[in-house]
Amino acid sequence: MTTREKILGEVLQNQPSSLPLPDISRFRGEKQDVVQKYKTVFESIGGKVFLVENVEAIKVLIKQHYDTGKRIATTLPEMTDVFERIIPNVEPYTYEDVELAIINAHFSVAENGAVWLSDEVMGQRVIPYICQHLGVVVRAESIVPTLHEAYDIIGEGTYGFGGFIAGPSKTADIEQALVLGAHGPLSMAVFILE
Amino acid sequence: MNVGLFIPCYVNQFYPNAARATLELLKKTGVNVGYPTKQICCGQPMANSGFEHLAQDCNNTFIENFASFDYIVGPSASCILHLKDHLHSDTQEDKATEMRGKVYELVEFLTDVLKIESLDATFPHKVGLHHSCHGLRGLHLAQMSELNAPDFSKPQKLLAMVKGLEQVPLDRCDECCGFGGVFSVSEEAVSVKMGKDRVRDHTRNGAEYITSSDLSCLMHMEGILHRNNGNVKVIHISEILNATL
Amino acid sequence: MSQPTTKDHAALAEAFIKDEERVDWHDGALWYIREKRDIASKGIPEWEDLREAASQIKSNVISNLHEYLLQFEANLKKNGITVHWADTPEEHNEIVYAILKAKEIDQMVKSKSMLTEECGLNEYLEERGIGVINSDLGEYIQQLDNEPPSHIVLPCIHKRKEEIGELFHEHLGTEKGLSDPTQLTRVARKHLRNVFMTRRAALTGVNFAVAETGEYVVCTNEGNADMGAHLSEVQIASMGLEKIIPQKKHLGVFLRLLARSATGQPITIYSSHYKKPREGQEMHLILVNAGRTRQLGRKDFQDSLKCIKCGACMNTCPVYRKSGGLSYHNTISGPIGAILAPNLDMKRHADLPFASTLCGSCSNVCPVKINIHDQLYKWRQEIVKEGYATNTKVFGMKAMAWTLSSSDKLATAGRAGRWFMQNVPFVVNNKLNPWYKQRDMPEGPKESFTEWYIKNEQNKPD
Repeated sequence: MTTREKILGEVLQNQPSSLPLPDISRFRGEKQDVVQKYKTVFESIGGKVFLVENVEAIKVLIKQHYDTGKRIATTLPEMTDVFERIIPNVEPYTYEDVELAIINAHFSVAENGAVWLSDEVMGQRVIPYICQHLGVVVRAESIVPTLHEAYDIIGEGTYGFGGFIAGPSKTADIEQALVLGAHGPLSMAVFILE
Repeated sequence: MNVGLFIPCYVNQFYPNAARATLELLKKTGVNVGYPTKQICCGQPMANSGFEHLAQDCNNTFIENFASFDYIVGPSASCILHLKDHLHSDTQEDKATEMRGKVYELVEFLTDVLKIESLDATFPHKVGLHHSCHGLRGLHLAQMSELNAPDFSKPQKLLAMVKGLEQVPLDRCDECCGFGGVFSVSEEAVSVKMGKDRVRDHTRNGAEYITSSDLSCLMHMEGILHRNNGNVKVIHISEILNATL
Repeated sequence: MSQPTTKDHAALAEAFIKDEERVDWHDGALWYIREKRDIASKGIPEWEDLREAASQIKSNVISNLHEYLLQFEANLKKNGITVHWADTPEEHNEIVYAILKAKEIDQMVKSKSMLTEECGLNEYLEERGIGVINSDLGEYIQQLDNEPPSHIVLPCIHKRKEEIGELFHEHLGTEKGLSDPTQLTRVARKHLRNVFMTRRAALTGVNFAVAETGEYVVCTNEGNADMGAHLSEVQIASMGLEKIIPQKKHLGVFLRLLARSATGQPITIYSSHYKKPREGQEMHLILVNAGRTRQLGRKDFQDSLKCIKCGACMNTCPVYRKSGGLSYHNTISGPIGAILAPNLDMKRHADLPFASTLCGSCSNVCPVKINIHDQLYKWRQEIVKEGYATNTKVFGMKAMAWTLSSSDKLATAGRAGRWFMQNVPFVVNNKLNPWYKQRDMPEGPKESFTEWYIKNEQNKPD
């Protein structure tokens, strides 16, 4: 008998009589004021929110807030005139020295400030984690109230990797003192396209 | 209405004043109170230590003593909870089931069964209310701070009827005092530390008296207070509700 | 890892409590997290309803685990992930070793996995010449100190920043006396970044494994799991059988509950869904039993397998806060540890269900509504039945039962006790009586209530 057979056999023998799944369709969020709610939550986590009309405005903000002398990379085709384009077919570690990465998210979630991105929009899976500072662009009308609506949109998913990202990386492991910037980015900005 | 007075073994031996106050308070409300003098322990100390199987004699004697009453009332949340959960009988399970529905702790009896709205009591002191865990999370005498649910408190409701009494707010309203039965001796260091912290919460907030539905908690905190020469006194809630000038 | 202790909880707790200032600090830190959890939970009107839904979903999981495991395995394979099964901790470690050996890898970076801590993976690999670095800052600090984590979410919650500064000075060459958390974190960031860049293999734990789609979710605040995984050639995930959830949409329920229960955050910074390997990368997932099927077969205790490892029970437990996680001599400590551990080794962990006052706070904060305090009570009965109660306890209990079960014997004992306390108090107020160590005994009154009643009330007309 293989280990697999042994374990499965014990599970089958020991598991209690089946109990049904609950219906969770009653859990829904409120759609009003999601943009404001998102902004409030994301800023309380230590992130920055900019409401912008177009991608050009984002370029201006980046020049104002970040050191353009360092390596800035993006997946947005509208920005590749001024910033480096992220390409998928190089080794991930070559992006080690990226100061700022600007990428798109599919949508974001008001109740917890998270954006949802999959490897389909990251350029490379490591990009949102390895950069020193992260910038994410999201459309205002794509913001949903809670994770329940989020998973309605995500569905099974065609991605190989996807993630919620809800702010700059952080830790409070040393005496519960909150430190922004653990192993992921030191800061995160979300540009909401209205 | 015939009420059987159940007095826990240690209350009987060490805190008879609380037992007397309970008796007097019940009589004041107009019910007939009987006290079977041969009553014994509810069996909780054995059961909580893993020796549930040794508590059967306690169960049988309880059933014998109290079967004839309409209600059974006792000034101890932990003993009453134990009876509600664990009163069983090999030979008279029907009777045991019936009785489990008739046992009440004093506070809940006053608020839920007698539904009293006023008390002729005076106690002009600052009082800290200690929610015993059995009373709070077992008997639901008040809302539990962990839950997202509407606030209520049966003991506070009764204390608010007492003239001159001022309830002091606490920093941690329902943290356990650390008595825990056998725990108080088998994990003495943790038990005492928990008790010290509860006492400090009360003294820090200005309490002159600490009260509760459970004398086991009070006995534990009193022991700590006396050892550390504290001025704060403990008093069972029955004695406050029965207090006159 | 240092030698496991043979002392029991009471002895370890007593040692911890000696430093009262440290205990107060430890207790305060964890209570603060409990308060943050309360604020978060009270901000969600449907919180209690969510808990109930999560509880029911997990009940469905453990009662259909066989089917879900098969479904999960099939979908993992479709996604290109290699599936392994491990019955014991040793088997798990052997599998990890074999995967690394096949690629001639001798260094691995690991993100938080309590399961691998349970299995003793790091020591196993180190003995065979493979270096493992724990990348979660708290676990990294514990690794430097050769000490296990004391809390499943906050591994070094028991350490002061000065002690951590001292460890960094000793192992990373920082300035002596440096203890500022931000500066220490920056040093760790730089050092571990180099680790991520140079490790070809990364191992993660699993928070939730979705049977329906063959993907798994890893939740961190630091981003260390993702840094390791996305730079690795070989990615390994170790998971306990019970981490399964049935459908993708159930993640909405669990991710709304997990971080709020654990730390009061609405969600962890990173909730990463791993589904398929990167091009050129190998992904492995190890399904681990390590006693879980045995717990599944225990009717009174199978619900402990619903646990989503949030740590809320530890933060609320006054015994845990005042005795520290290391007093529980088990990887998983606190209330949930006390109902999981006796299944793993009843003899060694017989003391844990007794390290509680059964206050019930843990059951109230558990996001999946495990009846922890009921299970603690039931484990006590089980442990005594199996013969693991100490002899003195058995004798004492039988004597107590004999005395308390008869009103005459009780009255005699009570009278005697009160007489002793009034007339020769030193008989009970002495060092042999543990109660008396730090507390006074109650005063013995002149007569018991029964004696007073018989004298004054019994024959009174109504």
